[in-house]
Formats: sequence, C-alpha cells, structure tokens
Amino acid sequence: MAVKSLAKRKNPLSEPSNQIKLLENKKSELKSFQSSLEEIGLKTLHAVGVEIFQVNVGKMCNQVCKHCHVDAGPDRKEIMTRDTMQLCLKAIEQSNAKTVDLTGGAPEMNPDFRWFVEEIKKLDKHIVVRCNLTIILHNRNYYDLPEFFKKHQIEVVSSLPFYDASRTDAQRGNGVFDKSIKALQMLNGIGYGIEGSGLILNLVYNPSGAFLPAPQEQLERDFKKALKEKFSIEFNSLFNITNLPVSRFLEYLIATQNYETYMQKLIDAFNPAAAVGVMCRNTISVGWDGYLYDCDFNQMLDMKIQNGKVMHLNNFNSEFLDQREIQVGRHCFGCTAGSGSSCGGSVT
Amino acid sequence: MANTYFDPADLRKFGKIGEFQKEYADKFFEYYNSVFKEGALTAREKSLIALAVSHVAQCPYCIDAYTTDLIEKGVSNEEMMEAVHVASAMSAGTKLVTSVQMMNKAKEISM
Ligand code: SF4
Ligand code: SF4
Repeated sequence: MAVKSLAKRKNPLSEPSNQIKLLENKKSELKSFQSSLEEIGLKTLHAVGVEIFQVNVGKMCNQVCKHCHVDAGPDRKEIMTRDTMQLCLKAIEQSNAKTVDLTGGAPEMNPDFRWFVEEIKKLDKHIVVRCNLTIILHNRNYYDLPEFFKKHQIEVVSSLPFYDASRTDAQRGNGVFDKSIKALQMLNGIGYGIEGSGLILNLVYNPSGAFLPAPQEQLERDFKKALKEKFSIEFNSLFNITNLPVSRFLEYLIATQNYETYMQKLIDAFNPAAAVGVMCRNTISVGWDGYLYDCDFNQMLDMKIQNGKVMHLNNFNSEFLDQREIQVGRHCFGCTAGSGSSCGGSVT
Repeated sequence: MANTYFDPADLRKFGKIGEFQKEYADKFFEYYNSVFKEGALTAREKSLIALAVSHVAQCPYCIDAYTTDLIEKGVSNEEMMEAVHVASAMSAGTKLVTSVQMMNKAKEISM
C-alpha cells in the first residue's frame, strides 16, 4: 500500500504532463477517444449548460487510497483559500448551477469549509459533500460533522468500495472499513439515509482493482441487503464510479501490468449512449487555486479550460462555459464504458 | 504461428468464431447470452456455477472471464473459492463413486 502521495514520493506520474504522455502515447495500439467519438458521429463534445458547480477545495486528506485520482493525502498541502472561495461564490451566482458539489481530498479538512458551506447556502443552492466517512472519526474537530451536514441539509456522498473489510481496506487502507461503518451508523443515527427523513446519504462504489463495476442496480441491491443485515445500515442510492486511469490508479495499473488490458476493456465497453451523457457536459470543476476544468479528472491532468487564455475564476464567463468544447483524451473511456460513469453514478 | 497455447489475448477473439461457421456461432452466442440472463437463478448464481464448471473443464479462458465477472458483480473471494471446492468435491465424488464398481468386481471375483 502506498502510504504517501505520488507527489511526496517524487514519482514521475505526479507530473500531469507525464500522465498525458503515457495516456496519449502515439505509438500505442489503443484506440483514441477522439476516434471513438467520430465513429458515433460526434466530432467534438460540447457542454449543454452548467448545472453542477464542482469545487475541489484541496488535496489534503486523512486517507491515502491506492486508486486516488487526486493523489490526495495528509502530505498534500494545496488547499483553497477563503479569497478563492469568495471568487467561487461570485461565479456560482453568475452561473445557472443548481448544485454545488464539494470535493477534495477530504473537503472538511479545509479550515474554511464550514464558512464556505454557509455562504453557498445563502445563495440557495443544493450542496453535495463528498465525505470519505473516516474524517468524521478522525479527531474531535470533526465529530459533529453529521450535525453540521444535517443543519444545512447537505447531501452526503460517501465511498464504500465493498460491504466487507477485505476489499475496502485493500483500496482505502487498513481499518478504513470499520471506521466507515461507524460513521455510517452515526449518519443513520441522525436520520441520514433513512426513508422519509429528507436527509440524503448516497454511497459510491468503485472497483478495488482493475475491473469494471457490475450494473448499478444489482450492486445497490447487494449493498443494501448486506449492510442492513450485517450492520443495520441504510442509505439512499448507490453510485457506480469506474476508476479512471489517472494519478494513483494509473500508477497501480502500470505497476501491476494491468494498464493495457484495463484500457482495452474500457475501450471495448465504449457505449455511445454513455458518451452523450458524460458528466462534463453539465458540470464544471474548479481547482483549489481557482482554475477551471471540464471535470475533476481533467483537473488532475492539468487540462485547463481555454478561452483564448486559460480560464480562472477571475475571468469566469458563464456564457462561454455553458457551451464550451470539452477537452478529451483516452482517460475519458472510463466515463463511457458500459453503463457509463459519473460523480452521480451510471449515466444510462 | 503462435508459439504458445492459451494466449490470454485470444479470449477477445472468441466472438469471432463465426468467421469459419457463422450460423452455428450466431445460434450459440444467442443461446449463451440468453442462458446467462437473470432468470429463476440470479445472474450472480449463474456466474458462480459457470466458474465451478470452468474449473471442471479446466478452461483458462473461462476461469479468467468468470473470475473477472464475479469480482465485478461484487462476489467475495471466499464465495468464489467455495464454488471451486464444490466443483472439486463433485469431481472427486464422481471418481470415487465409481470405486463401488471396483469393489463390486473385486468382491465378485474373489473368494
Ligand atoms: S480517494 Fe478520497 S478519501 Fe481516498 S485519498 Fe483520495 S480524496 Fe482521500
Ligand atoms: S474524463 Fe469524463 S467527465 Fe472528464 S472530460 Fe472526459 S468524458 Fe468528460
């Protein structure tokens, strides 16, 4: 288990340009994403508005998951400042976004996280927080997070790669499963995930290895049954997210010699319907330093949105963003495989 | 000419067996795909049976394919191993049960 980020280990893959070189290797026999789009009559992918405004408030995290596309961890110090958050608030007001999706790292570790949530609430937006669960038990500064979430009617989305410890801990670190179960019980305890409470608790399933997720409905059924029977845990929906070959998951694929086979699997599973529904078409993603991207994956590959010059919150232009052309690459095959994959699960 | 049997890359070519006999291949794949759909047995149960059969048939392609499929379906390593033990126990049992024939014969011709 890598206990440090790629950045800390000075691994060449911590440089986005090296990841792109590998992914877009011209000599590779793997098909390009562009050619798959062309085969279904799409020259380019364009946004159709911005409904979801996703903010990555920093790379700091209490975990160091093996598959993390953010390369997050306790050793990452890049976090969004309150000034940049102010710029986000202005941009959110200008955009037509209905939902603000807060992610990280562990977004709650940003010292201005609670302030930011309260300010977004004043704009009357629905807020999603991607909570890794263990942060709630990390230390006493976080024990009251469930109450804070409830107070602001936040939708909580949390990763749980499997309903037993073996596969969860293999991906997320030793002891993560037990802590996650405790955190889920705390959230259930105040009504999260309980039918009729109006407090939404969704779980994210992402495969702990070089394989694709099974159909979302089947996994949701299995997760609901197992978590209820074993731990009396309830939740609303399960979102399937396919692992994209970015940062630490890319490192894992290469180190285990699964890269080619995994990429081919994604390519073979290319689904035109999923391509049309990819999440970047109604989302924008803001980095900790205020730069804008089509999605969190493009963010980690440093593929900044360009409008003549690179786009930052400082020159936020809602009209342009609503119909911008999306920058794609082979990593996008992760979003179009099978039933498709997005931050909200399958797309078909 | 390939210099090894059972190249993992060949699994992807399975769908192309129709190149030499299309009619039967199409019929086979249609039948195969119907069988594996959710029915009185769940798709998960069917895949576990398929894994067990793959071991009895000792088909490396099928073992790869169904192990991946089962992991994707969220089946645990313990469940997969138990399925293989069922296959092994059955294989052993079907051999051992014929020992009755040996015993019968031995008794028949012995004093
Ligand atoms: S996957 Fe999430 S919880 Fe795990 S290290 Fe990355 S940001 Fe942290
Ligand atoms: S990785 Fe997915 S969400 Fe991001 S640009 Fe590609 S298709 Fe869109």
